[in-house]
This record gives sequence, C-alpha cells and structure tokens, in this order.
Amino acid sequence: MRDPLNKVITKIEPSGIRKFFDIVVEMKDAISLGVGEPDFDTPWFIRDEGIYSLEKGRTFYTSNSGLKELKKEISLYLSRRFKTEYDPEHEVIVTVGGSEAIDLALRAMLDAGDEVLIPQPSYVSYLPCTILAGGKPVPIPLSSKNEFRLTAEELTAACTERTKVLVLPFPNNPTGAVMEEEDLKALAKVVEEKDLFVISDEIYSELTYTGKNHVSFASLPGMWERTITINGFSKAYAMTGWRLGYACGPKAILTEMLKIHQYCIMCAPTTSQYAAVEALKRGDGEVEKMRDEYNGRRRFVLHALREMGLDTFEALGAFYVFPDIRSTGLSSDEFATQLLRSEKVAVVPGTAFGDSGEGFVRISYAYSLENLKIALERIRRFVEGLKN
Amino acid sequence: MREKILTFIEKNSRIDLSDLAIMLGVDEASVLNEMEAMEQERIICGYHTIIDWDKTGVEKVSALIEVRVTPQRGQGFDHVAERIVNYPEVNSVYLISGGFDLMVTIEGKTLREVSLFVSEKLATLESVLSTKTNFILKKYKDHGTVTAETGKDERQIVSL
Repeated sequence: MRDPLNKVITKIEPSGIRKFFDIVVEMKDAISLGVGEPDFDTPWFIRDEGIYSLEKGRTFYTSNSGLKELKKEISLYLSRRFKTEYDPEHEVIVTVGGSEAIDLALRAMLDAGDEVLIPQPSYVSYLPCTILAGGKPVPIPLSSKNEFRLTAEELTAACTERTKVLVLPFPNNPTGAVMEEEDLKALAKVVEEKDLFVISDEIYSELTYTGKNHVSFASLPGMWERTITINGFSKAYAMTGWRLGYACGPKAILTEMLKIHQYCIMCAPTTSQYAAVEALKRGDGEVEKMRDEYNGRRRFVLHALREMGLDTFEALGAFYVFPDIRSTGLSSDEFATQLLRSEKVAVVPGTAFGDSGEGFVRISYAYSLENLKIALERIRRFVEGLKN
Repeated sequence: MREKILTFIEKNSRIDLSDLAIMLGVDEASVLNEMEAMEQERIICGYHTIIDWDKTGVEKVSALIEVRVTPQRGQGFDHVAERIVNYPEVNSVYLISGGFDLMVTIEGKTLREVSLFVSEKLATLESVLSTKTNFILKKYKDHGTVTAETGKDERQIVSL
C-alpha cells in the first residue's frame, strides 16, 4: 500500500511537550494551573439568548460571512472600544474561533516560501498554520529583558527579502505581555519600511491591566490597510466552547479569506452567533467584572511567586504569569514534570510555546482564589525543597 | 478603592485582609482603615453566613409577609417600619412599590409560631391594614448565591 499521508502534515509535531501532557492526563487528582480558558461560566444572559435562538428554531446556516446583525455589532464594538472602523458588509468575517481566522489570514496572504515572523513564546497555532499555508515560519525569540515585548530592533533584524507577514500576538499567551501604544508605534515604522502585513491576534484585548485600554494595531496611522485584526468571544465573554471569533481588515484581503471560509466551513455556528449579538450589546459590564476579578488574582499570584523567590515580571495582560524558574536549576520541562509528580500541580512548560520559553513556565490564574492559594502553597513547598 | 473592596467582600467576607490588600495592590493598613471607616459609616452593616438550613436537622420556617399600612403624617412609613424591625423574628423589612407597602420576611421554628407572630404582633399594629403570609417552601438562590451544589470544574487539565 502507498503511504496515504501528506509529507507536510506528517512533519508537523503534534506538540513539543507530548510527554508532559501524557503524564498530566494520567494524574486525575492534580490541581491545575494549566488551563488556557476562563473559569467563569458564560454569563447567563448570553447563554439564555443561545437557548432562545434554539427554541425559535434558528438552526439554519447564516450567510457565509456571518449574521448581518452580528457583523454590525462587531463593527460598533470595535469602534467603541478600540477606535477602529470596519464596514460590517465587507470588512468583517465571523469565524469558528480566533483560530480559524488565523488560518484564513495566513492562507489568503501567503505564497509558497513567503516568510512569516512569529514572536515567541506565543500561541501554538501560528507556526503550523504558516507551514500548512505554504509559508516559512520565522520565529523571533522574545526576551525576558524586555518583558517579552517585541522591539523594533528585533523586528528589523528578523526581516529578509521574503518576509511578508508579521504575527502580533498581544496581549500574549503564554507570557501575559502587552504592547502599549509607544511599543506599537515603534513597530509600525518598521512595518511600513519593510512593506509588511500584520496579523494582529487581539483575542485577549479585553484583558489588560495597565489601567488603559488595549491599543489595536490597526488604529495606528497607516496600519489599518496592512492589518488583519483577529478577535473573538472566547476570552472576554468566557465563551470558549461556543467557537466564535472574527477577522476584520481591508476588503481585498477579506474577500479572499471569505472564499476559504465559504468552502471549508460554510459559516460559524448559528446558535453561537445569536448569543454573541447579545454579548456585544449588553456584555460590557460583565467583561469589566471578570477583568477586575482576574486583576485581583493576577496581583495575588505575582506576589506569591515573588515571595517564593521566583523572578516574575509584571504581566499586564491575558490571564497568565510567566515566572522565570532558572534559579531552580531545572529546565521548564523538568520543573513542570517534577512539580506535577511531587506536588500534583500542573503548570505548562514555557517551551510548549517556542524554544525561547525555556527557563519559564506558564501559570494561569483562571482559577478561584481558593484554588490558587492551595496550588501556590504547593509550588512554594516544591521550590523550597529544591533549594535544600 | 471602596467600591473594589466591597465587590470582593460582598461575595467572600472571609477573605484574609492581607490577601485582599495584595489583590487590590495596596497595603494592608489602608484596606483596614477603609473597612473600619465603612463599618463606622454603616456602609458595611455586618458579615453574615449563608446557610441552607434544610440540609441540617434544624427545623426552620420562613415566610414573606405582604403588609399594607396607612402612612402616618410627617413620618410616612418609617414609624411603623421601625417598630417592625425591632422584633427578632423579623429578618428583613423593605418598603416597596406595587400592590402593598412593606415586605417583611420572618423566620420561626414552626408554621404555628410564624402564623401567631403575624396575627398577634404584626396585624395588630395600629397602622397595619392587612397582611398576607407567603410561606417559603424552598430557597433556590439566596443573597446572590445558588444553594445547590456548585458545579465541578469540567475544563481540561491543561490546554494551550
């Protein structure tokens, strides 16, 4: 029999830390700080709207790009929150989570061999999606020295003749790093100079703790034309399982993205779309409540990690902190594995998000305070034990 | 800062002061000062425990009484309400809009005890025109807290 498989896909690693995951799955009674999704339930009024749409029998396909009403609300929301303007007719596509939007954007923009700059540590899908789209991923290792922000110098140094796209994953999973206006402005210059396009993954845009609003890259002068903005409902509204996100950008790019979406997906789930309309219309208050709660836990976790002697920079976004564990003498993988074995606490090795995550682990604070307290006490005991 | 403190302690009054201070990013002394000030000003009026008595062996009956009263000149409803709050059986007294005037919740050991309280103490107050007693059969949610078992965390142990 011939090899049934495609050579490109078989070369892609399922995940760099499979071994670790295998152990995690076996440990049924572990306390986890390893989850990349909110602990809150989707606010009831949003769930209620989903249920209502089912009761009404609204179970048909929507138009490919999404419900008209939802696209209108997305456009209003982005304008209200981040001062970016998109025409709901032609410049918004509703997707199956932010993940699909990443894939669409890469596939619509890349020709074979085009290089995509991927700052790392970052979410795990940019790299394989680039490869699947025929592009060449070029990781930019970010530095703890800069609190894992991307600098103009790093960006310039990574550019070649073939560089076409820059992925901007901020607020960042796993580091919790944010890019503030000045940081982004510095990048915008390089983007202009090198004639790059940007996929700005702003899925955590509602979760920043700088006291200021998140700055959307497309809102900077001259950047709208060059940017696909990706966002969604998973993190801000605690709607991960609803699988709903969106991409916004110039019509010329969105039209091609829509083709892929139309043939591969048809449309995003209808129930989720109806629920999302309600989320955007009435959700601002709930988002703020969750943000305040996360912020309190964030301070608590940072404090506890620093108290136990782990150097931890002040992560100002998402719901992760990214402590430096090099002082323990262990690698990320060793730290996570031993912590799991001896204290039954699951954290994610930084290396799961790229080689530059070595020496760090991702700790999620999407857990109740009681849970965090117990887990952090166990981590303290573990770190203490390593010193002796 | 007051609003933030209240938001945190409204759902969890047992939170350690030191934890609360860390979560608010301020020092413990200033949280303590604010809390004491709010207690003084009766913004914080008490710290209670939400108990589902049904799960204990203790018999308790509670009722929600709709009370219609004649407001008194110069004092409106305050005078009669202030008399009602003094009874230890009375859990809460609200002045409300709608078909009646005061909503009074009462807790007693037995149906008889509650009924007697209403007929002997409440209904006989001078300005009370009528009362209607509604016994509470089951509490699904109390003080913003759902009384049933809280759901388990059904998320994957690790996700990226």
